[in-house]
Amino acid sequence: MAELDQITSQVLAQIDPEGFKQEGAFNLRYNGYSLCHGDSEHIKIRRKEDKPGIDVYISKETQGEYVHIPVVMSQSGMTDVVYNDFYIEDGAVVTIIAGCGIHNSGCNDSRHDGIHAFHIGKHCNVTYEEKHYGEGNGTGGRILNPVTQIYMDEDSVCTLDTTQIRGVDSTKRKTEVEIGAGSRLYVTEKLMTHGDQDAQSDMEIRLNGEESSAQVISRSVAKENSKQVFHPRAIGNSGCHAHIQCDSIIMDQANVCSIPEIDAHHVDAQIIHEAAIGRINNEQLMKLRTFGMTEEEAEAVIIENFLN
Amino acid sequence: MLQVEHLSYEVTEGGSRQTILQDVSFDVKDGEMLVITGPNGGGKSTIAKLLMGIYEASEGKILLDGNNLSDMSIDERANAGIGFAFQQPPRFKGMTVERFLNLAAGEKLGGKVCCELLGNVGLCAKDYIHREIDGTLSGGEMKRIEIASVLAKKHKICIFDEPEAGIDLWSFSMLVKQFEKIHESKKESLLLISHQERIIRMADRIMVIRDGRVEACGPKTEMLKTLALDTMESPACIRREERGE
Repeated sequence: MAELDQITSQVLAQIDPEGFKQEGAFNLRYNGYSLCHGDSEHIKIRRKEDKPGIDVYISKETQGEYVHIPVVMSQSGMTDVVYNDFYIEDGAVVTIIAGCGIHNSGCNDSRHDGIHAFHIGKHCNVTYEEKHYGEGNGTGGRILNPVTQIYMDEDSVCTLDTTQIRGVDSTKRKTEVEIGAGSRLYVTEKLMTHGDQDAQSDMEIRLNGEESSAQVISRSVAKENSKQVFHPRAIGNSGCHAHIQCDSIIMDQANVCSIPEIDAHHVDAQIIHEAAIGRINNEQLMKLRTFGMTEEEAEAVIIENFLN
Repeated sequence: MLQVEHLSYEVTEGGSRQTILQDVSFDVKDGEMLVITGPNGGGKSTIAKLLMGIYEASEGKILLDGNNLSDMSIDERANAGIGFAFQQPPRFKGMTVERFLNLAAGEKLGGKVCCELLGNVGLCAKDYIHREIDGTLSGGEMKRIEIASVLAKKHKICIFDEPEAGIDLWSFSMLVKQFEKIHESKKESLLLISHQERIIRMADRIMVIRDGRVEACGPKTEMLKTLALDTMESPACIRREERGE
């Protein structure tokens, strides 16, 4: 079992809500290399030969297992690009806990680009949770640019839950999903930015199969001088259902730009989008203050409630 | 004891000063119930909001047990012992009733306590405790949860701004019983703004506010004899009673 230093343990506690353990199927990527990894009976993890990253093979016997693949970077000035591919056999039920935390105490930018591709078979149920987090008192930036590609075969369910709560200076997130017949996609995206941080999220969901569906809920809070841009796009290529909802709270001098796009190529495609940007509700603030909370405490409760 | 001395409130609208409340003084003794009534637009809710610090008084003093609250913020007044139920409570999408009551109490309440609080305002706990305080709740349900949130914590004085508005008769009866219980215990003072005859009749004292001024204030027995006929929502039976019919 690999020994983990204090910073790594601290970062892991933030990005792995289930609690990272070196057991079952896991791979901890630390400063650009695999620090430790393990297989389970049904889930095998193999290092790629041609480029950095891993291939994760999830067999059909997998029923309710977890795979933990966190990334921790504590070396300032490092750029890490990693390609992780997941091959999920028909009928598998699995939860994949990813996430990346950067501890930057130096003056150079630390950057992680994680390119994850999911090849999901028929009748699968896949949950993918990804938390992004930054810390450290250095002046160097903490940059995370994740790319998520999901290819769903027929009659599967995929739940994608991404969270970026604090400490990431810049992020460009790209999500691409292809949905087969009868498959359902649920996406929840939570984001909070502050200071001079900027975040961009581009999402393209192609509903290719009959009776495919997608639900995207994006919740964000932009504080101080931060900037956010959301561009979710749902493309209906068949008789399908899709619903995109983007809600943002804007504070201070922040800037939020939300551009949901719906694009139908089939007469039976039913696609809806909603987008709302607004300040913290003053009446909610007043109400919580009548409970004895300061303005800051009340704001924190409203934001926490909104994001969760 | 709550003491209000020469309270005034002015606003500027379209460049001109407008007086909403002028030189209002009254007190609420420990364990006492004061009901403020009067015609709509007279300034009753303004008094409640000034007491809680939601509006800032132009002049006057507010004292609670001798401590001057006038310059205190909303939360400082809440922590000093004032509880407040809004006439139109806000919704909190994504927040459960249980969490809301815990926040109101400032501590994690047990399920049993939450159930009692909801039961006291006529809500079946198991149907509501895990529900979100969002647009799926009716105005009446919101109002009852709002009142339960004030009852979740001990205060020196609780202010209820038209608690009867938007709730059905059965829930109203439950609510009246709850007010009676608090009043009988004499542990908390109550200041209720109401047009409702049954609430007015519960008062120790009644104060009538009209056009931003105190028109009359006195013990219930005296006030019911002289109460202006148009101040109450359903004054018919009181009028009949006073006429000896």
